[in-house]
Amino acid sequence: MNLQAPALIVIVPLIAALIALLLGYWKKSLAYPVTLVALFASFLASLSTLKTVITSGVIHYRMGKWAPPWGIEYTIDHLAAFVLVIITFVSFMVAVYSRKSVEKELPDKIVFFYPVFILQIVGFLGIVITGDLFNLYVFLEIASLAGYALIAIGEDGAPLASFRYIIMGTVGACFYLLGVGYLYIVTGSLNIADLARLLPELYNSKVVLVAFSFFLAGIAVKMAVFPLHIWLPDAYTHAPSSVTALIAALMTKVSAYVLIRVMYTVFQPSFSIEMIPVTVILCWMAAIAIIAGCILALAQTDLKRMLSYILVAEVGYILLGIALANRAGLTGAILHILNDAFMMLCLFLVVGAIAYRLDTREISEFRYLHRKMPFTMGAFVLAALSVIGIPPTCGFFSKWYLILGAIDARQWIFVAVLLVSSLLNAILFFRVIEYAYLEPASEHNGEGHKKIITQEVPFSMLFPILVSAAGIMTLGIFSGKIISTIIQFAIPASF
Amino acid sequence: MDTIYSIRPLLAVLVTMVASVLILLTGDRSKNLRESWTILASIVKFLIVFSMLPLILQGKILEYTIITLCEGISLQFRVDAFGMIFGLLASSLWIITSIYSIGYVRGLSEHAQTRYFFCFAICLSAAMGISFSGNLLTLFIFYEILTIATYPLVIHKETDDAVRGGRKYLVYTLTAGVAILFAIIYIYSLTGTTDFSAGGFLAGKGSAGVLVFLFVVLILGFGVKAGMMPFHEWLPTAMVAPTPVSALLHAVAVVKAGVFGCLRVILYVFGPKLLHDLGLWLILAYFAAFTVVVAGLYALAQDNFKRRLAFSTINNLAIIIMGAALISKSGIIGSMFHMVGHGYMKITLFFVAGAVYVKTHKEYISQLNGLGRQMPLTFGAFAIASMGIAGTPPVCGFISKWYLCLGALEAHEIIFLFVLLTSAMLDVAYFFPIIFNSFFKKPTEDDVKSHFDEAPMMMVIPLVITAIISLILGVFPNAFFHYFEIATTAAQAILGGA
Repeated sequence: MNLQAPALIVIVPLIAALIALLLGYWKKSLAYPVTLVALFASFLASLSTLKTVITSGVIHYRMGKWAPPWGIEYTIDHLAAFVLVIITFVSFMVAVYSRKSVEKELPDKIVFFYPVFILQIVGFLGIVITGDLFNLYVFLEIASLAGYALIAIGEDGAPLASFRYIIMGTVGACFYLLGVGYLYIVTGSLNIADLARLLPELYNSKVVLVAFSFFLAGIAVKMAVFPLHIWLPDAYTHAPSSVTALIAALMTKVSAYVLIRVMYTVFQPSFSIEMIPVTVILCWMAAIAIIAGCILALAQTDLKRMLSYILVAEVGYILLGIALANRAGLTGAILHILNDAFMMLCLFLVVGAIAYRLDTREISEFRYLHRKMPFTMGAFVLAALSVIGIPPTCGFFSKWYLILGAIDARQWIFVAVLLVSSLLNAILFFRVIEYAYLEPASEHNGEGHKKIITQEVPFSMLFPILVSAAGIMTLGIFSGKIISTIIQFAIPASF
Repeated sequence: MDTIYSIRPLLAVLVTMVASVLILLTGDRSKNLRESWTILASIVKFLIVFSMLPLILQGKILEYTIITLCEGISLQFRVDAFGMIFGLLASSLWIITSIYSIGYVRGLSEHAQTRYFFCFAICLSAAMGISFSGNLLTLFIFYEILTIATYPLVIHKETDDAVRGGRKYLVYTLTAGVAILFAIIYIYSLTGTTDFSAGGFLAGKGSAGVLVFLFVVLILGFGVKAGMMPFHEWLPTAMVAPTPVSALLHAVAVVKAGVFGCLRVILYVFGPKLLHDLGLWLILAYFAAFTVVVAGLYALAQDNFKRRLAFSTINNLAIIIMGAALISKSGIIGSMFHMVGHGYMKITLFFVAGAVYVKTHKEYISQLNGLGRQMPLTFGAFAIASMGIAGTPPVCGFISKWYLCLGALEAHEIIFLFVLLTSAMLDVAYFFPIIFNSFFKKPTEDDVKSHFDEAPMMMVIPLVITAIISLILGVFPNAFFHYFEIATTAAQAILGGA
């Protein structure tokens, strides 16, 4: 079992997608349990893989026993195992949540929803687990195509948003594919480990340089780095609640993972940092993304849209950590992949829950919400504090490492950007909190309050919200442990 | 110095966290049960803190490490003499404040009482965490929790004013928090540690320019909560909060946390020697002296009772910082003792303001004429505490002022002696009219009664107790809590190392 665990992570959900579709046709209610079981199995397999990686180092799994570089190899190092656990856990939580949410939002598409939903997750998992650049492209397309479909089944405006995403996303994927092609031309290999070995001699080649640029541009689109984020807010706002929770928590994180792989595994850090000034450019893009994301978020009245822009800023944090190119910065970036997945999961689940009960996401309609949905709002406040960076929530610790990275790199402007963004986030979230929690004295004249009946969302929706909120606290307190057991080994040795 | 591994500091912090959960669970269903959690937790907390006192007096340090946060920094509690002072002050005052709070919120039948007591308990956990923190990061974590937990208390009334006050409070404190965070990370980047050590740990760890910059950032950062001018504006605005909250803000937790942070930075991060070498102590002392005088002048002009007290607080906090900045032995002792003394005296004054408000709904000093005859206990306590703040013997304010003045002389800076004396004059000028008018002037308001008619006893008894404690501490500075002895121990540890 343990030996085959890496393969099971991907294959179990892949087969489950088919089974869910077939069983779903036979009986509508069966699609959901199949999804749950498959994702839970995948989660267990990824946990077992992570454990193996921690105890005995990198796993190389050869599909069908074909030796690389000809066969496809799964390479699971600390970083991959870490991200796999995040993906499987988050997607399991979203799956639990999606039953009631989908029943309400997409009553006649339940059977189609789950298979595509699983395919999306398979795409994410494949991207992370594979050790082959072209295979990565295939999974990237699986994830993207599933994503286009899932977004398009959302509310009014979703098809258009999805169409814009398709255009941008396809351009991004093409860039990535071009990069792969160029590298194949000069090296004749697609295996990541093999490429890492072959490339250093070719670092002066223009072709390699072009390939590298294509990679970065392609990934930047997928990752929604400002100003290539324009597809994101519309797509994420109009998508069904559980879809947004899934892709907001994972899509950008997985792309960040690909960026780290390309910059620091396929190419050596020395190339990415010293040969061309790409880290400088990326740092600035990240800084602009952080500030612009927060400021654009300020202008939104729809909570989901506001969060989408905050996500753009969060992507900026991860990018900044990667581009600072020192130990602390990269630690912060990898830690933030985890933390941000949890924060975004929690926040978007909460938005979905609010929309489920109120049928609106307008912030100004949130009055009395803390008494209608006390637990949901409690989770929201916790996640909000984490995004702001208040200790001991997990968001604080990724910020800590990012700032440390920026200070170590003596980049004062980026230090300032990180600090200021905390304050901007505080403004953003306390605005919502004021609407949801305050009851103007004029309405109750200091006397008793209006009687408000608590109407929490169903338990299957509340449970993932509470788990993710608890996760935000726990991950914060245990971040030292996470770094010393996993993340420090996930950072390339040369840092 | 002996270090003892003990879980007691953690328990002291956790007790109120647990209580806060119980309070939330109990809710409005049973008010008496909910309030009994508050009282129970406050007593247990105090006993835990008090049980550590004998060890501290023997010069030992209690330590408890919870978990490693990042390389070189742990979430760690380390109870030393200075932490003990703040811990004792906060936990002893919380018992009294809780009783008073119950009287206050019930007297006014306030709304959202569960939220109120919940946040109160969190605040106290945070205050305890701050006092026992073993390093800057741990301190910062609790400092931010305190900021957030106080916000719902400031906006408690949910009027437009309250919301505005709350926003202002957040803007000031969160911005300050960000500045502090930056400085802490910078220090970590330079030294790889943030553990406090008596006499400082930063010497020789960076160029003079960097160290000066860090000092300025840290002092301004912590100074915001301590009400240092020109960053004091949030404090009078936050006066819209219910009075027990103001009492908590001003005498126990929030502003004292700011002062505590400043003192930790001055004495335990930078240390007297480094500050002396960099010449920063004198600049800080002047800076604080400015606040001392200007806040005193501002206070004169306030007619709102609580606002006047607020400016008096700003004035006294600056005195504490000034005393520490003089980095002479007497100055440090005086500064630490004033932190305690001011706590007991100022909380009395706020309790008085609250009692007057609950009984008569009067908020302005000009309305208080003749009220002393109706509420003799309340105003008697006011007279004792305000005289103490002005430094009149035999109230405890006298002892701290005496040592602060000695500190100024030891540092050979006569000017601060004059600052202290001026401030005492100003105290007299803005407090004595209240005493005089309330007892000796004819009532100008119709509803002032000439016979005895006090506020609820749950409010009067606490304020009488705190007034009596201030009096006792003035005669026997070591009574009950050995405050003076602890302060001396702390000062010796700091200067001995230098």
